[in-house]
Amino acid sequence: MKYASQAVAKPYFIAAIALFLGQILFGLIMGLQYVVGDFLFPAIPFNVARMVHTNLLIVWLLFGFMGASYYLIPEESETELFSPKLAIITFWVFLVAGAITVLGYLMVPYASLAKWTGNDLLNTMGREFLEQPLPTKVGIVLVALSWLFNIVMTVLKGRKTAISMVLTLGMLGLAAFWLFSFYNPVNLVKDKFYWWWVVHLWVEGVWELILGAMLAFVLIKVTGVDREVIEKWLYVIITMTLVTGIIGTGHHYFYIGLPEYWLWWGSIFSALEPIPFLMMTIFAFNMVNKRRRDHPNKAAVIWALGTSVVAFLGAGLWGFLHTLAPVNYYTHGTQLTAAHGHLAFYGAYALVVLTMISYAMPILRGRAANSEKAQVMEMWSFWLMTVSMFVIALLLTGAGIVQVWLQRVSETPMGFMAVQDQLAIFYWAREAVGVVFLIGLLLYIWSFFVKDKSPVLA
Amino acid sequence: MSAIFTKSMARNVFYGGGVFFFLLFLALTFDSMRVLPTRDNSQNITANVEHGKKVWETNNCIGCHTLLGEGAYFAPELGNVYKRRGPAFIKGWIQGMPTGVPGRRQMPQFNLTEQELDDLIEFLKYTSEIDTNNWPPNIEG
Repeated sequence: MKYASQAVAKPYFIAAIALFLGQILFGLIMGLQYVVGDFLFPAIPFNVARMVHTNLLIVWLLFGFMGASYYLIPEESETELFSPKLAIITFWVFLVAGAITVLGYLMVPYASLAKWTGNDLLNTMGREFLEQPLPTKVGIVLVALSWLFNIVMTVLKGRKTAISMVLTLGMLGLAAFWLFSFYNPVNLVKDKFYWWWVVHLWVEGVWELILGAMLAFVLIKVTGVDREVIEKWLYVIITMTLVTGIIGTGHHYFYIGLPEYWLWWGSIFSALEPIPFLMMTIFAFNMVNKRRRDHPNKAAVIWALGTSVVAFLGAGLWGFLHTLAPVNYYTHGTQLTAAHGHLAFYGAYALVVLTMISYAMPILRGRAANSEKAQVMEMWSFWLMTVSMFVIALLLTGAGIVQVWLQRVSETPMGFMAVQDQLAIFYWAREAVGVVFLIGLLLYIWSFFVKDKSPVLA
Repeated sequence: MSAIFTKSMARNVFYGGGVFFFLLFLALTFDSMRVLPTRDNSQNITANVEHGKKVWETNNCIGCHTLLGEGAYFAPELGNVYKRRGPAFIKGWIQGMPTGVPGRRQMPQFNLTEQELDDLIEFLKYTSEIDTNNWPPNIEG
C-alpha cells in the first residue's frame, strides 16, 4: 500500500462481499418461490424478497465502487486521500442506513413503511429498483456527495490522470442522475420515461465509466503496460459507450407510450451498444498479452479478463438479442429480460468489483498477492460463479423463448400462469445452478481465511 | 492504436462525443414531451387515477407484476388487465387473496378499502388506454 489512507477501502470491500452474500440468499428464496409458490409465504412474499435482492445488489456495488475509488484515487493522484475520516463516517452512515432500510422491507408492510417515512410528502416509492423510503433516498444523495467531495478534493490536490478524471466523471453522473429518482409524475408515461434516466443512464451510461476506470487501473498494475496506451484505450471505449448508450436509452421507449420514432432511434443505437464491450474484451486480452511483468496476483488477472468477457456476453450479446424493436415486441418483460439482467450485472459490475477487491485486498492486508493456495481457491470460485451465472442465463433464455412462444406468438395464446407452469423445469434447473453459484461465493469468502506459511512477497 | 491518434485526441473525441449525444438526447426528450399528450391518455388523469397510482406504488405491486412490460416477471402483466378481466373481476380477485392453494404462487392480502380498490382500478383503466404502439401482442399480455 503506497498511501496509508488507502486503508479506508477495506471496510467498504468487506461490506460489499457481505451484502453480496445476502443478495444471493434472497435470490435463492425467490428462485424457489418461482416453483414452490407458497415458500415462506406470508413471512417473505416474493415482492419483498425481490426488493431486498435488487436493492442489496445496488448497495453492494456502490460499496464496491466507493471502496475502489478510495483505494485507487490516492494512488493515481499520488497523494493521501483528502479526508479518510469522512470516508469512514460515510461508510458507517451508508451501512447503517442500508441495514435499516432492508430491515424495514422485511419487517414492516410496505404501505406502512411508506406512511411512516414521509412518502405522503413526496411520492417516490413503489417503483422498480427505486423502492427506498424517502429518508434512504436522501441518505444516498448525502453519501454520494460526501464520496464525490472527498474524491474531487483528492484529485484536485494531486496528479490528474485520465483514470481519475473518468472515474470522477462517472461518479458525478451517478450522483446527478440519481436525482431523477425524486421525480415521480402522476402521468405514468413521464414517470417511466424519467425512471430510465436513473436506471439506464446509470447501468448503460455513467457506471460504465466507473467500470472502465477500475478495469484500466487494475490492468496497468498487473500488466505493467504503458499508461499512455491503456488510457487511450479507455477513452476510446467510453466514447463508444456514451455515443451508443445515451440514445440507446430509446430501447426502453418502444412500448411504454412514447412516440414511434423511438423504435428507430432505440433499435439503431442500442444495436451498437455491444461495440464498446467487444472493444473492452479485445483491450483486456491485448494488454495481458503485452504484459511487461508477471504480477504475483494471478487471480486478479483472471477476474479482470473474466469481467471483459462476461460483460460482453451479458451486456453486449444478451442485450442485443432482444434490443431490436420487432424482437422486443415479443420479448419485452419476459424471462429473456431476466436472463440479460442477470448476466449483464454479474459480468459488468459484480465482476469488476471483485476484480478490484482481488487486486487490492491482499495489498491492504500487507502482501502483494495471496498465497498460491488462496489464489487457487479464488480461481475455483471465479469459475464456479461465472459458469453457473452463464448457465442460469441460458436456462432463463430457454424459459423466455418458450414463454414468448406459448403466450405471445402461438395462435392460441395461453395465459400467464398456465405458461409459468410449463416453465417449471427451467426454474428448477435454475435454482439448482443457483446453489452452485452460492457454493462458489462461499468458497470465495473462505479464500480470505486460508492460512499459508509461505506468503508471496512483492 | 497508432501513434498518430494520441491520447489527447482520444480525450477530445470522448468529451465532444459525449456532449453531442447528450444534447441530441435532450432534443429528442424535448420533442417527446411535446408530442406526448397525443398518446399518453393524460386527459383521463383524474384525482382518482392519481390516488390509484399511489395505491399501486405503496403496495409495491411492481415487485411481482409488470406494468407495460416493466417490473417483475413473477405475476401477470397488468397494463392491459382492465381490458383482459374487467373491473369487477379485478376487485374480487384482490379481495380474495391469498388463495392459499398449496404450492401455488401467493399474492398477499393488502386490506385495501373500497375507495382504494376503485381508484386502483381507475388507474389500471387509464393505463390500459395509453398508446403503446400496439403492445402487448395479444390480450394475455
